[in-house]
Amino acid sequence: MVELRLPRNSTVGKGKTFPAPAGAKNVKTFKVYRWSPDDGKNPVIDSYELDLDTFGPMVLDAIIHIKNEVDPTLTFRRSCREGICGSCAMNIDGENTLACLKPIKSIEGDVRIYPLPHMPIVKDLVSNLDGAYAQLRSIQPWMQADSAPPPDGERRQSIEERGKLDGMWECILCFCCTTSCPSYWWNGDKYLGPAVLLAAYRWIADSRDEHTGERLDSLEDTFKLYACRTIMNCTQTCPKGLNPAKAIGRIKELQIERKI
Amino acid sequence: MNASVPHIEVMRSQLGRARGLGAGHSGVSHWWAERVSAASLLPLSTWFVVQMFRLGGADHAEVVKWGGKPVNATMLAALIITTFYHAQVGLQVIVDDYVHGKAHLPTRLLVKIGTSLMGLLGVFAVIKLVVRSGSGK
Repeated sequence: MVELRLPRNSTVGKGKTFPAPAGAKNVKTFKVYRWSPDDGKNPVIDSYELDLDTFGPMVLDAIIHIKNEVDPTLTFRRSCREGICGSCAMNIDGENTLACLKPIKSIEGDVRIYPLPHMPIVKDLVSNLDGAYAQLRSIQPWMQADSAPPPDGERRQSIEERGKLDGMWECILCFCCTTSCPSYWWNGDKYLGPAVLLAAYRWIADSRDEHTGERLDSLEDTFKLYACRTIMNCTQTCPKGLNPAKAIGRIKELQIERKI
Repeated sequence: MNASVPHIEVMRSQLGRARGLGAGHSGVSHWWAERVSAASLLPLSTWFVVQMFRLGGADHAEVVKWGGKPVNATMLAALIITTFYHAQVGLQVIVDDYVHGKAHLPTRLLVKIGTSLMGLLGVFAVIKLVVRSGSGK
C-alpha cells in the first residue's frame, strides 16, 4: 500500500558541523546528505560552513571544495563540470538539477544538497541508476532499419526531418526528470519514466528509423507509457530545458492515431 | 550455506526486470475513455446545473414530472452513466498509483463493481421517474 513515511533505517538524523575557517567574510552553509553502506547507521545531514570567496560560483565548485579542503570522505559523481555529461545530477534546494549548472547565488539561505530522490543510494550523493539504465536499454535506443544503407555514405535525412529531433537529441540522460516524477516513485519498476520515454520518442520521430510500429507496440502498456499522469515535474526540472512531457504527449497521440 | 554471507533474494538482471512481462497492449482505450468522458461531462453537467436552477423551489410532483419527460430522462441517464463511467476509469488510475501488491487486483474489482452498481442504481431511479409519470401517478 501507500508508504506515508520513510522506513526506520532511512530516517535522516543530524550530522557533524564543519565551521567556517577563521577570518571568512562571505560564509554560506551547505547541508549535505551523508550515508555510507559500511557502518550500518542511518543517513545524516552534515553542515559545512564555507567561505564563498575561496571557490567558484556553482554548487559543484562548493562540493569539490568540500572534498578537497574540508572533508575528503564526501562522495559524489562529477566529470565535465559544464552540463554535458550529466554525472553531477542531484537534488539541490529541493529541485533536481546539475550541480555544475546551478549558481550558488540563485539559492536563498542554506544550500540543501541531497541525492536524486527515490533511488537506492550507493553512498552519500551517489544514487544507483542501474534500473533506469536498463529501462533505457529495453526501448532499444538505436537505429533500426531494414533497408540497406547507401553503399557510399550515411542514411540521409532532410533538414525538416532532422529538425524533428531537436529538443530530444540534447538529452544527456542525467535522470533529473525521471527521479522527479511521482509516478516513477510509485511505479518505477514498471513505468519507464520521462527520460526513457523521451529517448523512445527520439527514435519514433527519427525519419531514418523503420521500426516505429514495433516501438509503439512495446510502449502500449498501462504502466510503461500510461503511468504518466502529466504531472510535468519532468519538464519543470530538466536542467537542459527540454520538454519530456511533450514527447510523452506525442507518443500518446500516435497511439490514438493508429487505433482510433 | 555460510551464515556470514548476506542472502540475496533477487539476482535477476536489471534488463530482465526492466523488460518484465512485456507490454500489455492495453491502455490506449482507457486513456482515451478518460478524456472523452471528461469532455462529455462538461455539457451534461452544465445542462444539469441549469435545470436544477430552473427547478429551484419546485415541489416533489413537479420534479417527478420534469424527470419523466423523454428528453430530461435521456439527459439524466446519460449524465449518470457518463459520471460513473468516468469515476470508474479515473479511480482505476488512483488504485494503480497507490495500491501495490496483493491488494491491487481486489481493489480494482471493488472499484469496477462499486461504480457499476451506483450507476445502475441511478439509471433505475430515472426509469422509475419515467414509468411513474407515464402512468400518470
